[in-house]
Amino acid sequence: MNTPTAETALDVAPSDVQRLPVSFDINGRKHQFEVEAWISLLDLLREHCHLSGTKKGCDHGQCGACTAIVDGQRINTCLALAVVHDGASITTIEGLAKGEELHPVQQAFIDHDAFQCGYCTPGQICSAVAMLEEGHAKTADDVRELMSGNLCRCGAYTNIVAAILDAADLADKGARP
Amino acid sequence: MNRFSYARASEVPQAIEQHRANAAAAFIAGGTNLVDLWRENVAHPEVVVDINRLPLKQIEPTAAGGLKIGALVTNSAAAYDATIAARYPLLAKAILAGASPQIRNVASVGGNLLQRTRCVYFYDAGTRCNKREPGTGCPALEGVNRMHAILGASEHCIAVHPSDMCVALAALDATVHVTGPDGSRIVPFSDFHRLPGDTPHIDTNLRADELIIAVELPKQGFAEHHAYVKVRDRASYAFALVSVALGLELDGDIIVNAQCALGGVAHKPWRDVDAEASLRGKTLNADTVREFATGLLREARGRRGNAFKIELTARAIERAFVMARQGSFEESAS
Repeated sequence: MNTPTAETALDVAPSDVQRLPVSFDINGRKHQFEVEAWISLLDLLREHCHLSGTKKGCDHGQCGACTAIVDGQRINTCLALAVVHDGASITTIEGLAKGEELHPVQQAFIDHDAFQCGYCTPGQICSAVAMLEEGHAKTADDVRELMSGNLCRCGAYTNIVAAILDAADLADKGARP
Repeated sequence: MNRFSYARASEVPQAIEQHRANAAAAFIAGGTNLVDLWRENVAHPEVVVDINRLPLKQIEPTAAGGLKIGALVTNSAAAYDATIAARYPLLAKAILAGASPQIRNVASVGGNLLQRTRCVYFYDAGTRCNKREPGTGCPALEGVNRMHAILGASEHCIAVHPSDMCVALAALDATVHVTGPDGSRIVPFSDFHRLPGDTPHIDTNLRADELIIAVELPKQGFAEHHAYVKVRDRASYAFALVSVALGLELDGDIIVNAQCALGGVAHKPWRDVDAEASLRGKTLNADTVREFATGLLREARGRRGNAFKIELTARAIERAFVMARQGSFEESAS
């Protein structure tokens, strides 16, 4: 068995560094790693799974670019230690589409031109998908409040809110949530 | 950033033992503050003790008619819990006024109590800070202090406690259940956090190797008359300049009981039970509330950047009373 080893870019790790076996279901596929205690879920996804759709913005929990859906909950993967979430099921932006068919929120972002540079977009979409699952957003104001953990420095907020509202209506009409 | 090792606990006594084995150990639940502080070179844990598998995720009624919230209940789970939303809407609103949904989804109730100030100097390891490195000084006194304390500060530290949830817990007269090597105890919320004095590096009265097990709410939840007012620099996802958690019992226009805690103004959620007692039996009107606010802020001291918060606090208190009296104000997006 060839278990990939997740090494940190922090330093040259001495041989006595603790390595912890972890496993995840990432976008429907099982993965096993050995990680150092301090590896974030974000670095695991980006550097070791090569799922670079999840972005590192602030690495500080303030921008939401690193948002992924972990055990059904949207979280900041930059503030999550991988080992703490051992065993979790993770959905990233790469796991939302069904083959060539985009997730309704992805399609709505295209339809509404809900991005400019696109860097925050994977986090915005993952956050919106999970928010709609949570079921607390009933109005545009709710969407603005409950999407406040995702910043967009281009200021595409107007179209982001429109896209999410549109996708929510689609879900109401029986489309895939 | 330092390296650290990891230990996973499945039982409370095991977690305390794992923590006790290293003086620089840190418990981790949601980790949203600890990981950030570690990355910023402010926290230097040598061992991180993962308590997420401990059985502390229940929300259950107490024999006294209150509610006990396990320390590992997430902020989201608490805010959207049907019993909390119905009986303690002040708590639910305060929680939802804090952080972002992503953070609330992992941040724990116990961890919320232990989060550290967001004072810019505390967070910047390149500056002096009595809280981070005792004895080095406090640049905030004459520096960037817009977010800082106007009540209960000292010449050693003017940082504020950043939590919204704790402001509501203070107003509700919650208690904190803790356990440690020397047994378990119940700490009144007002005794949990400390004022800075000359030991600003100590935020709480939690003892070495003690672990928060639960937060308990008394029976009275002020579901009918309450308000959480938060004033901040942007509409959402910002720390409070000033916040007010208020629970009122009214008999018509007569104040039977008022419990009022302030956030963003001190090193701990700020209560003044004498000022509250002076409200009992009085008619609720603008004059009564203004007098209460003036008394509460009698010893407030502003500095260059934050003096505006004294009047802002008085006005936020007035607004809270107006909202609580109506009892139907929904503050969803402020």
